[in-house]
Amino acid sequence: MDASTDITKRKEAEARHEVVISVRDLVVEFGRKRVMDGLDLDVYRGEVLGFVGGSGQGKSVLTRTILGLIRKKAGTIRIFGQDRDKIGEAALHALERRWGVLFQNGALFSSLTVKQNIQVPMRESLELSQRFMDELAMLKIELVGLPPEAADKIPSELSGGMVKRAALARALALDPEVLFLDEPTSGLDPIGAAEFDQLIGTLKQTLGLTVFMVTHDLDSLYAICDRIAALANGKVIGEGSLEDMLASDHPWLRAYFHGARGAKMIQAHERRRLGAESG
Amino acid sequence: MATYTEAETPDFVAEAGATPRIALSGAWSLHAERRLEKKSSEIVKSARDAKSVVFDFAAVTRLDTAGAFALNRARCELAAAGVDVAIAGARPEHLILLERMHYREAPPPAKGENFIVALLADLGEQISGGFRDAYGITAFLGEFVSVLGRVIARPRLFRATSLVYQMENFSVRSIPIIVIMNLTVGAIVAQQGIYELLRFGASVYVVDLVGILVLREMGVLLTAIMIAGRCGSAITAEIGSMKVREEVDALRAMGMSPMEVLSVPRVLALALSMPLLTFLADMAAIVGGMLTSWAYGGISPAAFIALLQTAITIRTFMVGLIKAPVMGMVIGLIATQEGLATQGSAESLGWRVTASVVKSIFTVIILDGLFAVFFTAINF
Repeated sequence: MDASTDITKRKEAEARHEVVISVRDLVVEFGRKRVMDGLDLDVYRGEVLGFVGGSGQGKSVLTRTILGLIRKKAGTIRIFGQDRDKIGEAALHALERRWGVLFQNGALFSSLTVKQNIQVPMRESLELSQRFMDELAMLKIELVGLPPEAADKIPSELSGGMVKRAALARALALDPEVLFLDEPTSGLDPIGAAEFDQLIGTLKQTLGLTVFMVTHDLDSLYAICDRIAALANGKVIGEGSLEDMLASDHPWLRAYFHGARGAKMIQAHERRRLGAESG
Repeated sequence: MATYTEAETPDFVAEAGATPRIALSGAWSLHAERRLEKKSSEIVKSARDAKSVVFDFAAVTRLDTAGAFALNRARCELAAAGVDVAIAGARPEHLILLERMHYREAPPPAKGENFIVALLADLGEQISGGFRDAYGITAFLGEFVSVLGRVIARPRLFRATSLVYQMENFSVRSIPIIVIMNLTVGAIVAQQGIYELLRFGASVYVVDLVGILVLREMGVLLTAIMIAGRCGSAITAEIGSMKVREEVDALRAMGMSPMEVLSVPRVLALALSMPLLTFLADMAAIVGGMLTSWAYGGISPAAFIALLQTAITIRTFMVGLIKAPVMGMVIGLIATQEGLATQGSAESLGWRVTASVVKSIFTVIILDGLFAVFFTAINF
């Protein structure tokens, strides 16, 4: 595909959807190592973007750069249409309330209970009665599939999967417009992972949630991602629907989606789809 | 929040009739803050007396989980009062949200204990904790000695690299602060001593004062306190965070004893570093004393050294030095024990580091007192 059709395609897409996050010419360096090398990426409102890439290619670095946790060397990051370098601190703070983040290892505050963890963002930016905060916290706990007893436990008393769910509950505490998820289903059992996919699907449908999801879970990519972007060598090497990814002839994408695991998963999904159509 | 305009705040109009209609409007979202709850209870108040009521969602601009939850709370409270609630004009996503966010009351907070009972329980806990600490450190010492015995029997197990690395950290890098601190203290002791002794015309005895005080007590004690603060805290923080991140469990699972890998090199490194540092501390304090004696008392360095030779014996010097490795071991044992006792949270790690420093300084001072009694008893 030549560059001009690529640009027209992108313009069409921009016309259809509102761009929530737009990253242009991003360069991030650690010392002499260049991790992001002129990366471009758009995330549209109401979509679930699955972000894939080999280990150590900088998926988490990109997420952290968008969140402002890592300094970039060059490029622009616009969130809800605002350049995060140009707006003031107060506006940035208001912006931060509109997203929720699930870190790879949960990053729950270790000295607070699960309930208190969920209430941290509420307490910090909203004025609510304690009763309503308690009720909302219990709602979120149930929503992410934790038992009610987990509410009063501290993170070190929880299993890895429960930490993930509690961290998701905290990320959802303020009903964010954008949700950043860093490997959300790693450490969950297949049942938990499927419930997770379903929950994200429901929230997307009902709240118009935009999700930026770093994941290696092929089932999640298949089940809930509207679009997939792949990262290699500091650039986005391909973006589009799962079908686009499957059709791509980039060697890494072929290895990823047509390797032993990818091929098996796709066959399984195809069979299920055909079965559903004929039955 | 400021970004939400008046038109978007959640509101409702109650239209009277046989079946009153509650026409909801605006954004029923969390950003309405307290208004969300207020409106929800107002709905209950206005519709309580009807037999059935209709919630009309047609004019709702936004609904999120908190909004759906607040409306469901109103629904539940009306249902409890015997009012049938029907939904009208809701978009499909509203219905899904209303269904998923069904209302349930938060469990009441656990009842706190009586203040006096809690106070007494806390006191008891503290006292038994003190005994547990003493038991813990004794058991730890026993384990340490048995592991040390094993290492001595099989020197192959000994981690020489780790020992040298830790000694560099603990001793070489502590030299500047130890030397400067003791130089200053030696100078202060001599300066104060000269002014007091001058009144008796006995200012030359400042040499005895500095020599004996520094060599027997001050040099080793100040060094131990500085090392407890500088190295003990670092050891506890390091091992504690290794414990939190399951690195200690990983060692155990690989068949390595944390005591052997983590404690032994650190404790030995401290036990070896302390005498070396104490020697430097002694010398620095004497030089400090010598300089102020020269400046304030007119005692030349040559005279100072000659007087010092008559004032002290090798025993005076040894009394201080003998204590040094013991204090180093005590600091190392307390620091590693506190580190390994760290539990899960960041708060626990903070407490452990504080406890490590406080306990080692306390123990070092008590130990110094016991040594003083002992040396006097044996006329050393």
